[in-house]
Amino acid sequence: MTETLLPDLAPAYGEIFMAIGAMALLMFGVFRGNKSTELVSLLTAAVMIVTLIITVTWNDTAVYTFENMFVVDRFTSFMKILVLVASALAVFMSMQYFKDEKEERFEYPILVLLATLGMMVMVSANDLMSLYMGLELQSLSLYVLASIRRDSELATEAGLKYFVLGALSSGILLFGSSLIYGFVGSTNFTVIGQTLSQASHGPDIGVIIGMVLVLAGLAFKISAVPFHMWTPDVYQGAPTPVTAFFAVAPKVAALALLVRVLYVPFGEMSESWTQVIVFMSLASMVLGSVAAVVQTNIKRLMAYSSIGHIGFALVGIAAGSQDGLRGLVIYMAIYLVMNVGTFACILAMRRKDGMVEDISDLAGLAQTRPAMAAALGIFMLSLAGIPPLAGFWGKWYVFKAVIATAVADPMATNYGLIMLAVIGVMASVVGAYYYLNIIKVMFFNEPEGEFILQKSRKLKAIMGVSAALMLLFLLPQINAPVLEYARMAAAALIS
Amino acid sequence: MIYAICFYLFATITVFSAIMVISSRNPVHSVLYLILAFFNSAGLFVLLGAEFIAMILVIVYVGAVAVLFMFVVMMLDIDYSELRKGFQKYLPIGGLIGLILLAELLLVGFGWGLSGPVTTDPATAIPALNEMSNTEAIGSLLYTKYAFLFQMAGLILLVAMIGAIVLTHRARPGVKKQNINDQVMRRRGDAYDIVKVKPGQGLG
Amino acid sequence: MNELLLEYLPILIFFFIAIILSCVFIVLPMMLVEQKPDTEKLSAYECGFEAFDSARKPFDVRFYLVAILFIIFDLEVAFLFPWAISLGEIGLFGFVSMMIFLGVLTIGFIYEWKKGALEWE
Repeated sequence: MTETLLPDLAPAYGEIFMAIGAMALLMFGVFRGNKSTELVSLLTAAVMIVTLIITVTWNDTAVYTFENMFVVDRFTSFMKILVLVASALAVFMSMQYFKDEKEERFEYPILVLLATLGMMVMVSANDLMSLYMGLELQSLSLYVLASIRRDSELATEAGLKYFVLGALSSGILLFGSSLIYGFVGSTNFTVIGQTLSQASHGPDIGVIIGMVLVLAGLAFKISAVPFHMWTPDVYQGAPTPVTAFFAVAPKVAALALLVRVLYVPFGEMSESWTQVIVFMSLASMVLGSVAAVVQTNIKRLMAYSSIGHIGFALVGIAAGSQDGLRGLVIYMAIYLVMNVGTFACILAMRRKDGMVEDISDLAGLAQTRPAMAAALGIFMLSLAGIPPLAGFWGKWYVFKAVIATAVADPMATNYGLIMLAVIGVMASVVGAYYYLNIIKVMFFNEPEGEFILQKSRKLKAIMGVSAALMLLFLLPQINAPVLEYARMAAAALIS
Repeated sequence: MIYAICFYLFATITVFSAIMVISSRNPVHSVLYLILAFFNSAGLFVLLGAEFIAMILVIVYVGAVAVLFMFVVMMLDIDYSELRKGFQKYLPIGGLIGLILLAELLLVGFGWGLSGPVTTDPATAIPALNEMSNTEAIGSLLYTKYAFLFQMAGLILLVAMIGAIVLTHRARPGVKKQNINDQVMRRRGDAYDIVKVKPGQGLG
Repeated sequence: MNELLLEYLPILIFFFIAIILSCVFIVLPMMLVEQKPDTEKLSAYECGFEAFDSARKPFDVRFYLVAILFIIFDLEVAFLFPWAISLGEIGLFGFVSMMIFLGVLTIGFIYEWKKGALEWE
């Protein structure tokens, strides 16, 4: 046995810093008790911001470390930035909520931090084993977060449901991974990709089944139809700040992982997975739009909305081109801002006797709290994809890419992709109905009660800045860096 | 010969007890069958030469996980007849899913048979048993080559610890505990006061 | 392979003796003994008292906490065995690697201790 040399730690400095930070904060919190929750939350956000700076300064071509199990390139950097921003904002938004509910627990921000660490590892995973470890670190923290208000029946149910289905999906993913290892002989993404491209005949049926099983496991994490069942219940049952966290960061991380799994090891098998992705994308878009129409609870509505949005993001993968991937990356960036803003509004829905979360509670918001109504209106229009708001441009880039792929194919065999684009646009029209319905309720219904004025400046600032970003996305000063960075990120995976 | 007998013995008992896990009426029996299944799988692993995994199966799964299952089964107040009610209703769909999975497994088996092994270079072959025992082979890779995964496992265990405490631990107020430090630090003056009581006035 | 399995031969013999003996103990009484069961004989034995209660009483959730914490440390110890065997070859890196792992879990242990999860009352 040769002595293994110390691995290059530099690409993982961000992750190492987060891990040390999480443990230090855990010690700090346990010695200071729950009264230090506010300080621990702020420090958690600070750790995330420092990690963000470390991630941003790493601006290199692809670097592999830890026996090629861990990769850092422009794609991972971009996705990590999204994950970190989403998590840090989720921690900020949660502070006031837990204080008002008198449920302050210093473990909450630490679990968010550890979940985020899991997401960072997922984004950087270049091996089926590191994929699984990252995924489990993230999921385990999320299960606990979902039921952190353990005295609430809904939250406990949400946590249990999430855990049981999550464990099942992890099992499916592991089964798939073991098949892939059995047929290819390696767990490393790069090696799998090389072996499959050198095989004299097409991929074995075992590899295909393994890949589809891995795909199914990941589809559960991004809650794409038909693996979406848990989403509405978990979104509704979990405490609102936890839902705000669930809605963005884990989705971005799992989607980044999905993209890497599809393009690096299974790039050769694109015909096999394109069908699966097209189906999931179609089904998610349609279900996300149709099922949301009958919802009365705004958190449930956001769950269906996120299912729909994942469908739109998957269109970018279905395109199979660099432009498609770029569209997906832009879509996720815009999705992040829209969702964070919307959840800031939902967190501000507090009356004297506590939180409310029904759509009918928003009635007459335009008269009682005009600024919040305006902000929420902008988010709804943006989620619906009305030009010239940012949400429209997200959809624009993915659909443009998928149509370009369909048209560029000389054999014109890609009816599926054209159909995908057509149905996608139709689903987005149907979806616009319920977003506009919220605007109608806010602006035209009679007010029934007043929300208490938010003491938290953080929520107001998040609402204001996100709304401004949505409105001003058209300005080249704002969209140019996003588009450019997204292009570089996509180029890191598909040249 | 003995090898073959042992294999078939362990395999049969494993499959039988696995079936009993899901079909026995009493959940406690299910857990006991699960333990039997674990033991026999450990036997199968020993036959494969994977001693370490076999022993871990006994220590961790039988010794800890199954015991925890037992706790959970006993902690819940289950009405057994109520549990069975859904069985008939969900049998068709459950059976269908089972058949699909079986078909997939068969396909994989056939795929193997038809195409032969794809692999020409398995990533890391295990060293021959006469060179190095299985446990040693794991040890020589796990802590150096796979150090990253090993540390991640540590973090996952940490999260499990935090999670278990966050979800189940309750600080109980008003519990009287022995505090040895307090007892030792106690001085004579802490325990009593000498009050001079004037006659006829009481302590008032 | 066979050398390895030969080491397990005593266990196998032990295993077979156990199976045979336990079968004998079950089968022989069936054939030899006259059985007259009645309700009193079949009822649960609780030190001569009438059985107080059903055995199916829900446990306190604190047992569960102790059990799950036990599993976590059990797994931690499981990682120590291969490490102890191969420490000679994996050198300083392997040693430090395990120390970091133990450090992470010690952090968890301190947390547990301070939280009072190890105290009963």
